[in-house]
Amino acid sequence: MKNGKLLSGDEAIALAAWDAGVALGAGYPGTPSTEILESFSELGGHAQWSPNEKVALEVTIGAAFAGARALATMKHVGLNVASDPLFTSAYTGVDAALVVVSADDPGMASSQNEQDNRRYAVAAGVPMLEPSDSQEAYDFTLAAIEISERWKIPVLLRVTTRVCHSYTVVHPGGSKGAPKAASFARDIKGRVMIPAYARLAHRKLRQKLAEMQEWNESCQLNRVVPGSEKLGIITSGISFMHVREAVPEASVLKLGFTHPLPMKQIIQFAKSVKRCLVIEEGDPYLVEAIRAQGVWVEGKPDMYRFGELDVPRVRRILDNDVSPEPTKPAGKPPQLCDACQYRIVFESLRKRDCIVAGDIGCYTLGVLQPFEAIDSCVCMGASIGVGLGMRHVLPSDQARRVVSVIGDSTFVHSGISGLVEMVYNPPPNGHVLIILDNATTAMTGHQEHPGTGRSLNHEPTNKLVLEDLVRAVGVKRVHVVEPRMGSEEFDRVLTECLNSDELAVIIARRPCILIVKQLKQYEQRGQNCECDPKGANVEQGN
Amino acid sequence: MSSKVTNIVVAGLGGQGVLKGTGILADVALRAGYDVKKSEIKGMSQRGGSVTGDVRFGKEVFSPMVPNGEADFLLVLEPTQVEPNRHLLRPGGVLITPEAINTDTLPHKRTLNVALLGALSAHLPMPEDQWLESLRAGFEETFFEGNKKAFLIGRKSSQARQAS
Repeated sequence: MKNGKLLSGDEAIALAAWDAGVALGAGYPGTPSTEILESFSELGGHAQWSPNEKVALEVTIGAAFAGARALATMKHVGLNVASDPLFTSAYTGVDAALVVVSADDPGMASSQNEQDNRRYAVAAGVPMLEPSDSQEAYDFTLAAIEISERWKIPVLLRVTTRVCHSYTVVHPGGSKGAPKAASFARDIKGRVMIPAYARLAHRKLRQKLAEMQEWNESCQLNRVVPGSEKLGIITSGISFMHVREAVPEASVLKLGFTHPLPMKQIIQFAKSVKRCLVIEEGDPYLVEAIRAQGVWVEGKPDMYRFGELDVPRVRRILDNDVSPEPTKPAGKPPQLCDACQYRIVFESLRKRDCIVAGDIGCYTLGVLQPFEAIDSCVCMGASIGVGLGMRHVLPSDQARRVVSVIGDSTFVHSGISGLVEMVYNPPPNGHVLIILDNATTAMTGHQEHPGTGRSLNHEPTNKLVLEDLVRAVGVKRVHVVEPRMGSEEFDRVLTECLNSDELAVIIARRPCILIVKQLKQYEQRGQNCECDPKGANVEQGN
Repeated sequence: MSSKVTNIVVAGLGGQGVLKGTGILADVALRAGYDVKKSEIKGMSQRGGSVTGDVRFGKEVFSPMVPNGEADFLLVLEPTQVEPNRHLLRPGGVLITPEAINTDTLPHKRTLNVALLGALSAHLPMPEDQWLESLRAGFEETFFEGNKKAFLIGRKSSQARQAS
């Protein structure tokens, strides 16, 4: 164990990207992926927060087209946002490596669903690697870069919360191949996806996948742990670790390169053991793919599709035990901080019995006691569209109580299109949008975003001024209010807006109390800095 | 080196230092030459909710999570978090709570967590100097003397209890 470093999976991915000379990393913060770009930046890498995952992936596609290695990071639901460029970049391919990290959250430690993004690899037709610990997170990131450059295709590196946030020992081996210098090489047929060229590109993609599948049959990223002939287990990702602990005597086929699957190897393994069981977290991805080949393997009972796996659950799956699992005593749920000034916003909404279309962030906690003042939360940015839809169809006495509530980072992420919709298709009684601007992406751990005027590493950059944007889109009634306990101002403005029957935006602005100290430091740094952000076309400085 | 894996769970509320505590534990186990895994759930945790962190060390560790009912040690930083986490302990496992420390003897109240680590350390095989190295590396240098005092207070109180 000497000379090993104890790294989280996220840190290991960042270190591998750094060692491999990745020229640009872009993403949007999201648990459990956030620390990848933060670590990459700390190592000295060029890392950026984009307004959302779609833009982040597009930026990295551009870098990879231009011959530079690139890394895009996001949580699982972020890949939904970025799926548009993902699918077609599988067609265009890339010139230098593009690694797309999807950090899934089985069990929903901090997410709104537990979708299994292994399905995206199949749907988009991109190769996928699944590390089981931090050493593999490091090694597989390097392997993803090699595969991406060998087949000129984006590679999905699929990790989960337990891989991202567990710290395990890493011996960094370093990268084998050095990156080439970025340089543009024109490839119109390869990269301009008009139907005529896209038809050719689709055939090329299927050809690449067929080649990769053949190569995967003898790929070192998959391995067999020899054991009993009576029991064989096929597994991948973190489940491998639980399996090794729960049944050390079993033979195990541990899959690392999980799309396209090495089917010959899988079938050979399945036939080599008496009982063959697939143990995987989340969707029955492997088990369905193997059974589709006409090979019978056991899967897990449906009850284990929900939540994370762990050692006791793996033991239960082995025993085919479907009796109810022991319930864990309830801990203390998270809540809005006691001193959070935004508490008054939820008190005002509650008092008026507003119908609140909510969004993703700390303020989602407004749904819990004592407020219970959020009526919907679907996905990033949905508050505005959902609120508008309700306003359009509800009888006016109810419609007038509908309010959309969104945070600053979430608004920039995907609320702006909703705002345009609001102006373009205004409901008969108008609408009220409240942007809670606490000057940070708080819930994920206080990351910067375009509205803070600071880049990922907290250095000053151009600032998106929310009220200017809202006015430019065409909203006439725009209020900027400081929420303060004991002040009636927010409450008064809210009443005024609700009664106006017009389109109104209230920006409730006050920095998150948890970052007041850091903000002072950043501001000082900004004042001491002589840099002049190019192209700054804003009234306010940093 | 025994092939048995040692399982430790640290429990508390978001912002209390659970993750700092597991960080020191994992670091000292690594310095002592063990395979180590440390697992935690972040995200919503920093908003004051219940947080637990797992540390496992031994010759070879597979799963990063301590299975329910298999923790050898449960270190609880906040009295209200004892009951919600008691099920994690194995029969005969050791529970360490703030009651183990007389806070009046500490250089500063906020060194309580370090004193609790000291109390835990008396049960573990890593030598004292490796603990102190990890404490020095894990905090700003100016905190070291206070932390060292608190750590030793916890360690000695636990050793005394074991001896009696």
